[in-house]
Amino acid sequence: MSVLHDLTLHEALDALRHGETTSVALTQAILERILAVDNDIRAYLTLTPEAALAQAEAADVARAAGRDAPLLGLPIALKDNISTQGIETTAGSKILDGYVPPFDATIVRRLKAAGAVILGKTNLDEFAMGSSTENSAFFPTRNPWDLSRVPGGSSGGSAAAVAAGEALAAVGTDTGGSVRQPAALCGVVGVRPTYGRCSRYGLVAFASSLDQPGPLTRDVTDAALMLQVMAGHDPLDGTTWPEATPDYVAALVPDVRGLRIGVPREYLATGLQPDVERAVRAALQTFVALGAQVEEVQLPHTDDALATYYLIAPAEASANLARFDGIRYGFRAAGDFETVGDLYARTRGAGFGPEVQRRIMLGTYALSAGYYDAYYLKAQKVRTLIKGDFDAAFAHVDLIVGPTSPTTAFRLGERTADPMQMYLADVFTLAQALAGIPALSLPCGFDADGLPIGLQLVAPALQEARLFRAAFAYEQATDWWRRRPAISK
Amino acid sequence: MTRLTRDEVAHIAALAHLELSEADLALYQEQLSAILEHAARLQAVDTDAIPPTASVLPLRTVLRDDEPGPTLPTEEALANAPAARQDCFVVPPVR
Repeated sequence: MSVLHDLTLHEALDALRHGETTSVALTQAILERILAVDNDIRAYLTLTPEAALAQAEAADVARAAGRDAPLLGLPIALKDNISTQGIETTAGSKILDGYVPPFDATIVRRLKAAGAVILGKTNLDEFAMGSSTENSAFFPTRNPWDLSRVPGGSSGGSAAAVAAGEALAAVGTDTGGSVRQPAALCGVVGVRPTYGRCSRYGLVAFASSLDQPGPLTRDVTDAALMLQVMAGHDPLDGTTWPEATPDYVAALVPDVRGLRIGVPREYLATGLQPDVERAVRAALQTFVALGAQVEEVQLPHTDDALATYYLIAPAEASANLARFDGIRYGFRAAGDFETVGDLYARTRGAGFGPEVQRRIMLGTYALSAGYYDAYYLKAQKVRTLIKGDFDAAFAHVDLIVGPTSPTTAFRLGERTADPMQMYLADVFTLAQALAGIPALSLPCGFDADGLPIGLQLVAPALQEARLFRAAFAYEQATDWWRRRPAISK
Repeated sequence: MTRLTRDEVAHIAALAHLELSEADLALYQEQLSAILEHAARLQAVDTDAIPPTASVLPLRTVLRDDEPGPTLPTEEALANAPAARQDCFVVPPVR
C-alpha cells in the first residue's frame, strides 16, 4: 500500500474493508499532510481536525460492528460555499465572515450519511466568482504543481487539496466551469453533473439556473463513487430531477468500441496553447486506438457563450446577493445610520470584494429598465441557440471531447488587472453550463513546464454514466492521473 | 452600445445598494464598459424566432404535500444576526 494521503478513495476503501488501515489512521495521515504543506498551498479556509477525528473514530467503531457504507471513514473536504451545520461558511467573502449555518446542505447530509469524514472547508473565489481563487477575500490558494501559479477557480481550494494529498476527495461547485477548470489546472478529475442532478439546497447561491455541485477526485472511479452519493431528488430543491440515480460504478467498463466522439472545430481553433492542443489531439488518437470513432461537429454559437454567460450569471447573482444586507447574518458596517438603506449600502460597499461588486452591477444594469430586452432577454435567447447547438451535435455523436481550458495554470497576478482576460479562462466550460448538460475533466498530459492539461468530455443531459465509461476507458489506457506533484518552494 | 458614463455607474450602484468611492466608480466605469462592449456582439445574433431559455429543465409543476416539518427555533435564526433584541432583528429606521 502506498502512502496513505496518496490513496484514491476506492483504494482507501479497500484497505479499510480488508482491515489494513483505519479511518483514524487515514485521517491522522491527511491532517499531518495538511500541516506539512498547507502553509504553502493554502487550500483550506477552515480546518476541523477534532471533529474529523471524532467522525473517523465513529466510522471505525461502526465498521468493527460489521456496518459499511459507500464512503465510510473516508476523509474529504468541502468548498466553503456549501453550508455545514456548526462550521463557519464564508463563501470566501468578508460579508459572511463568522457566519455559522444552523443547517447542513443536502449534499453534506448525504455525504455524512454515507460515512464521509469532513476535514474542513476549502478556499474559493468570493461567492464562486472567478477562475483563479485570487478573488478570495482571505488569501489566494497556490497550485501544488508550481507555487507561483494559480490552482484555477473558483473551486481552487478543493482542486489543490486533492492534488496535494490534503484530502482524498473534495466537493466543489460549478456555475460556468468552477469544478472542471481547477480540476484541469491541478491535474485531477472534476465533474459538473446535469443541472438538477444534485440538490442546490444549502449552497450559497450564485446563479440559480446554472449552479451545480460536483466532485473533485484523483481518478474516475472516485468521481463515480462521490456522485453516486451526492446525486438524487431533494424535496427541498424543486429543480432536482425526480428520476432515480443510475449506478455510476457499474458504468466503469473500459470499452468505448463503436462510441461516436464529436470534436467541435471551434474548440481547436486558434488561441489554444500549443501543448494543450497537442495533448487533446493525442487523447483523441487514444480513443481511436481503443475503437471509438472520431468526427468533427459544429457548435456555431461557441463564441457567443462568454457574452451570454456574463449577462445571465451576473443578472441572477445581482438578485441572489441582495440577501446580504447586514441585517440577518454576517458582516454589518460600523457606524450609526440614518436609514436602513444607508446601512445596506455601506455594508455591501465594504463587505463585497471588487469582482462581486462588478458582477452585481453588471447584472443590475442588464436587468434595469430600458436595458432588459437588449441584454438579459437577448442573452436568454442566445442561450436557447447554444443549447440547440448541443442538441444538434448529439443527434450524430454520443460524446463531445475537447480541451477543458485553453491554457495550463497561469501565474498569480497575471490576469487580475483585466476582468475580460480572467473570463477567457472559462471559454470552453461556459456553454455546457448554459445548456445544463454534464461534463467531466480528466488529466490528459503535461505541458513543457510540467503543468497538467485537462481533457473535457461532454454528454447529453442525464448521461453522466456515458462520461464515466469513456473517461474510465481513457484513464485505464493512460497513466497521467498517477503523477503527483512534488511540492517545493 | 455606448460607453457607460460616471453618472450611469453611480445610478447602477445606487440601484444595487452599493456605497462606492469615486475611485471605484471610475474603475468600474472602465471595466463594465469593456465587458458590455464584448456583450454587444450578441446584437449581431439573429434571435427573431427564438424563445428565451430561463431554465434548462422541462417545464413541470413542482408541488409537495403540505406536511408540517421541523423549523429553525427563533434563537438559532437570530444567532448570526449582527444585532438582535426581544426575538427580533434590530435595524435603523426604515424610511
